[in-house]
Amino acid sequence: MKNNGNLINASTARTIAAHAVLITYTLIALFPVVVILINSFKTRKAIFKSPLSLPNSESFSLVGYETVVKQGDFLLYFQNSLVVTVVSLTLVLLFGAMAAFALSEYRFKGNLLVGLYLALGIMIPIRLGTVSILQMMVATDLVNTLTALILVYTAQGLPLAIFILSEFMQGISDDLKNAGRIDGLSEYRIFGRLVLPLIRPAMATVAVFTMIPIWNDLWFPLILAPAEETKTVTLGAQVFIGQFVTNWNAVLSSLSLAIVPVLVLYVIFSRQLIKGITAGAVK
Amino acid sequence: MARSVRNQKVRWHILVFLAPAFLVYTAIMIIPLFGTMQLSMFRSVDNTQVFVGLGNFKALFGDPRWSESFWNAFVNNSWFFLIHMLVQNPIGVLLAALLSSNKLRMKAFYRTSIFVPTILSFVIVGFAWKLILSPIWGVAPSMLDAVGLKSLFAPWLGKEEYALTTLALISVWQFVGIPMMLIYAAMLSIPDEVIEAAECDGVTGSSQFWKIKLPLILPAIGIISILTFVGNFNAFDLIYSAQGALAGPNFSTDVLGTFMFRTFFGFQLQLGDPNMGSAIATAMFLIILVGVSIYLFGIQTRLRRYQF
Repeated sequence: MKNNGNLINASTARTIAAHAVLITYTLIALFPVVVILINSFKTRKAIFKSPLSLPNSESFSLVGYETVVKQGDFLLYFQNSLVVTVVSLTLVLLFGAMAAFALSEYRFKGNLLVGLYLALGIMIPIRLGTVSILQMMVATDLVNTLTALILVYTAQGLPLAIFILSEFMQGISDDLKNAGRIDGLSEYRIFGRLVLPLIRPAMATVAVFTMIPIWNDLWFPLILAPAEETKTVTLGAQVFIGQFVTNWNAVLSSLSLAIVPVLVLYVIFSRQLIKGITAGAVK
Repeated sequence: MARSVRNQKVRWHILVFLAPAFLVYTAIMIIPLFGTMQLSMFRSVDNTQVFVGLGNFKALFGDPRWSESFWNAFVNNSWFFLIHMLVQNPIGVLLAALLSSNKLRMKAFYRTSIFVPTILSFVIVGFAWKLILSPIWGVAPSMLDAVGLKSLFAPWLGKEEYALTTLALISVWQFVGIPMMLIYAAMLSIPDEVIEAAECDGVTGSSQFWKIKLPLILPAIGIISILTFVGNFNAFDLIYSAQGALAGPNFSTDVLGTFMFRTFFGFQLQLGDPNMGSAIATAMFLIILVGVSIYLFGIQTRLRRYQF
């Protein structure tokens, strides 16, 4: 009996210690984000006087947001980011699923070789080809267009997408596809009607993995599309904040404006994302 | 009979399925990669490209004006990677081990919160930390003051000796969610029988972690290490957002990515040089290739043995 009591105490102590460590780290993870968000709603004086307190009726101010809305064209940047991300994502998912289907469904000469060739891009960053990519975009007159970014991000996202999707497609039963073939469905219909709906969960995983680096990228927008009308949110925020280094209200507000959409999307999709990471790794 | 007929027929649909991905990938990723390597063997003389063989590399490694910057960036980059390996992975393993204990409540909350920094862009992260560590705003000094450690405060991002380590730690803060998640997944995939058998033999608590779980999650740690390696030797955004293209103070935070960017585009009075930029990119490619090969042929094959 005594022994039992000791065990329970030990495990309670361990649980408390675990919670303590996790809560500490959660605070470390969230603290900077929270500090930025609460201070963006304060007057300049309050930002400096008490950076860690919540805005109250006295210190509440939207002056930073007013500056941002007046000066920066954030709506346009946001729209650019959205167009680039959505179109690249669609292309990655469509082309990726098609290639993954070809590689996992059919035996043909060079199957393995093509698979390895396409997987190379998982390890080799596309940035290393930047000099040539820029020359190519200059030659085809695509500099400062969203098309340039879409092409680059599609190429960047494809290798991992093909890799994950073909792993999933190998798990789909042949009987189903053969039944479709007997019913006279063409290979394209088998892909579109039978296979695509079945790999939807894998597509969601790939979507999240592809989306985050595209939305957050600074390198290619900076090099391929720095013009005012093609700036993405990330580049826009970078340039804008650079201009307003001394205007703390504006800086904090523009940071908050860049954080909030991502945060909202994350909260909506976090379950999917975490499931995706854990499912991919369990394999 | 039917089979041989089918084999002889060109199966166009395979081509149709493969073509778009293959073409985009080849055109935007592979050809530019080789194009860059090719450019690195040319030099611009009187506006025409002249083939110089390995001349640019000779300059990069032999000419002190180039080689000093290159080795500075390389050493910084290695330090940046080392900090990640020493700080990010242990924290990731610790958090994952805590999260994977069975009865813990609020798991989902912790997981979700600790992953938040990972989804933010480098620009946000760079500026947010720059503000917090700024001596002007005083969030960091006043917090240190509250625990009586104010004397420890220094403008970390502005001091040559601290800036790179500070940036590396910021990057660790941002990405610790990834090792945490991957190791957490690896721990969940350990069969219950293994753990039960260990418990029957009286192996529990921390010795269970060291003797049973850690060897079993080594493959996951291997994958994380190589991902970190590729990511780190390709890093640019965080340093550019926090310290600018000059990777100040006095190039103390310069990594290969920022060095390549400056060389390619030029800065201040120096003109951009696509050929030297390509040479640096090629050097980065080789470094990454060596790292990935060591992992694939040296480490991964040995780790396989532990997998189920």
